[in-house]
Amino acid sequence: MRPNPRRVEENIFKVLMIASTTIVVSSLLIVFAVVIIKGAPALSLEMITSTPKGGYYLGGEGGILNAITGSLCLAFGATILSIILALPVALYLQRDYIGKSKFARAVRFSLDVAFGVPSIVYGVFGFIIMLYLGMKACLLGGIFVLTLLELPIMIRAMDEVIKTVPPALKESSYAIGANRLETTLRVVLKQIFPGIVSAVILAFGRGIGDAASILFTTGYTDRLPQSLFDPVASLPLAVFFQLGTPFPEVQQRAYASALVLLVLVLVLSILSRIVTAKYKRYVVR
Amino acid sequence: MNLKKQHISVQNLSVTYGNQPALMDITLKIPDKQITAIIGPSGCGKTTLLKSFNRLIDLNDEVKVSGTVNVDGIDIYNDKYVDPTYIRKKMGLIFQKPFPLPMSIYDNVAYGPRIHKKCNSKELDRLVNHYLKMVGLWDEVSDRLSTPASKLSSGQQQRLCLARSLAVEPEILLADEPTSALDPISAQHIEKTFMELKKDYTIIVVTHILRQARRIADYLVFLYMGKLIEHGPTEVILNYPKEEKTRAYIKGEIS
Amino acid sequence: MRRIKDLVANRLMLGVTIFVSLLVVFIAIGLITKSWPIMSLKPLPELLFSSTWSPMNGSFGFWPFIVGTLTVTAVAMVIAIPLCILTALFLAEYAPNHIRNTMKPIIDLLAGIPSVVYGLVGILAVIPVVREIAAIFGISTTGYNVLTGGIVLAIMVFPIIIAISEEVIKNVPNDMREVSFALGATKWQATKLVFARGALPGIIAAIILGFSRAFGETMAVLMVVGNVAKTPSSIFDPAYPLAALIANNYGEMMSIPLYDSAIMFAALILLVVVVLFNLAASYILIKVENRYAS
Repeated sequence: MRPNPRRVEENIFKVLMIASTTIVVSSLLIVFAVVIIKGAPALSLEMITSTPKGGYYLGGEGGILNAITGSLCLAFGATILSIILALPVALYLQRDYIGKSKFARAVRFSLDVAFGVPSIVYGVFGFIIMLYLGMKACLLGGIFVLTLLELPIMIRAMDEVIKTVPPALKESSYAIGANRLETTLRVVLKQIFPGIVSAVILAFGRGIGDAASILFTTGYTDRLPQSLFDPVASLPLAVFFQLGTPFPEVQQRAYASALVLLVLVLVLSILSRIVTAKYKRYVVR
Repeated sequence: MNLKKQHISVQNLSVTYGNQPALMDITLKIPDKQITAIIGPSGCGKTTLLKSFNRLIDLNDEVKVSGTVNVDGIDIYNDKYVDPTYIRKKMGLIFQKPFPLPMSIYDNVAYGPRIHKKCNSKELDRLVNHYLKMVGLWDEVSDRLSTPASKLSSGQQQRLCLARSLAVEPEILLADEPTSALDPISAQHIEKTFMELKKDYTIIVVTHILRQARRIADYLVFLYMGKLIEHGPTEVILNYPKEEKTRAYIKGEIS
Repeated sequence: MRRIKDLVANRLMLGVTIFVSLLVVFIAIGLITKSWPIMSLKPLPELLFSSTWSPMNGSFGFWPFIVGTLTVTAVAMVIAIPLCILTALFLAEYAPNHIRNTMKPIIDLLAGIPSVVYGLVGILAVIPVVREIAAIFGISTTGYNVLTGGIVLAIMVFPIIIAISEEVIKNVPNDMREVSFALGATKWQATKLVFARGALPGIIAAIILGFSRAFGETMAVLMVVGNVAKTPSSIFDPAYPLAALIANNYGEMMSIPLYDSAIMFAALILLVVVVLFNLAASYILIKVENRYAS
């Protein structure tokens, strides 16, 4: 019996599809494997609890505590600033406020574009502003740029969650005589709270991992963060700079830094999923 | 039965959503402290009429309203000084699908009072107690007032929504097919509660169950395709309908 | 009092929304202002198409960098497009729910990995492999070349293209599938129909967005692509993408006249290209949404 060409084509593509999925998923596993295999040997308690001492970049003693704390300061600062700006915008985009109007479409569109702007362009822009203000590379500059970077991500994620609120729920609140502000604060926020937390964690993860935007605006230092106006170290740049030295011992430390960064991002990702799943107690379906 | 006081008076009300007319030139008066049922086939504008009483249709985009709705002498659409939130406080509204707010049972009932007046916690406790008793829910939930409202059964949730609406001390109760999503026992419960409430409240119920209208309504309003066909006391409409369409609907020929 | 609070809150939200929406406009203004010196001095065709890059002598030809960016991105897309479409089709149409629900978070995780980590993995894992591949063709290369950049970049855009494509495919109404089955088609034929007639515009939008992302990616590519300011003539040559140019030279750019303006101009090119691509993709996605809105 001759092979059915339809069947053959179907089977070929089935194989191709499974192969593609495997390749895509394997690439993730390879990334993790490489970082863990190379990074784990170099990771020690000393690494994450001390700052670089003299001669660190030539192979001397020390660790990456400066980078870890620096990254955390940058990301926390930027995320808090982002929440303050993102929440009003995301809530304003609700149907009750500007809904499906042309204005809302324009806003969402400009946010989509902002979402796609490369982080290095944000970095250059931040640099221009800082030059104009006479600021040198410092923690505050980094926070400013990371806020700009995180805003579109956070607003989009929050918007997605807010869209899931059933209109009848809001109508129930209005029917009792509440106004828009009261309904938004007392009902909508309660309903979407886990989603908001998730969005915040998502943006935080982005802020902690970006290098291109803070390259110009944050500088680098071996010390722990001390003031808003001093340069500050960061994990992504720690990886970058340590990798660039000709000394294998220092390069090892780059692998360790990458591992710390990767673990941080992984933990954040898992945290965000747990939050969404766990805090559904009060949420109304 | 004579209509002593008219609580809501509607004149030439027309509502369109964008290009779709939903209600066309409705004129009627809703009697005070009685149960009025709005009946008619699905999609004929019953819910729109209900929601036009408390200006909830304002929340839709592209909605156009013409005509007047008079509540206690106030023209709620054309009077410049009318605050929709004040109107809505005068009326409670419960939906077909029970929608408890995402909070505890206690907070659901206390939601309205907290917004409209400054109550201390003793006052709130008293209110919650009173209204939960009024809807017959107190005995079932008094031991778990701080648990999420979403954990109740749908019959209990609907009664909770009723308590929540009553807690702002409205004068008029609006109900959009309040029992169609409930099991027969819960439905009976709600109907019984309405019958007791009509001593103090004007109640307007949208329903597509003729037998329910027969059971509880004093006054009937029949809508068909957005137009008001006939209205009058229940007995009169059900037994001596004047219009052909009314007769057809009652006999079950159109639905 | 309640009314006042509501009104004040309304105004505040409006203000913040307008401010945030103008973000891209502010950035554009800033970049144009700073690139103005070099744009007014040199004709645009020379800037874009000349291959002479010698800032010390005042020559700023961006062509090598533009080609560098385009080739790396093109390689990445050639690798990514087939893999992503096939994966998205598999996840949306064939995969049983439990597989889909495990795969999707894993692929999303790829999107969260910082670019320096990709660069690191590129150096450690991809470069040796590319060297071997080149050796098979008899070409010797350090491994820091367009191909490596393309491979790393491809992995980075997997999540975007797959996520959007999968969603677009899933949103194609079931009627299309059901009609095909009712006519006796196999699952694959039904899938082909859904793809070609239903999901294609959305998938194109996904590809455009992926391209846009790859165009602007900086760190990972910078670490593996060689950074030699010459137009690459093969995928085994090093290249110097625009983003890498900006990242590498911000330190020196203040000392040489017009250099800073040139770097800002490079950033402006990136912005313009990315905005145009986003516009195109948004336009397509909106049309697709409208098609299925009813």
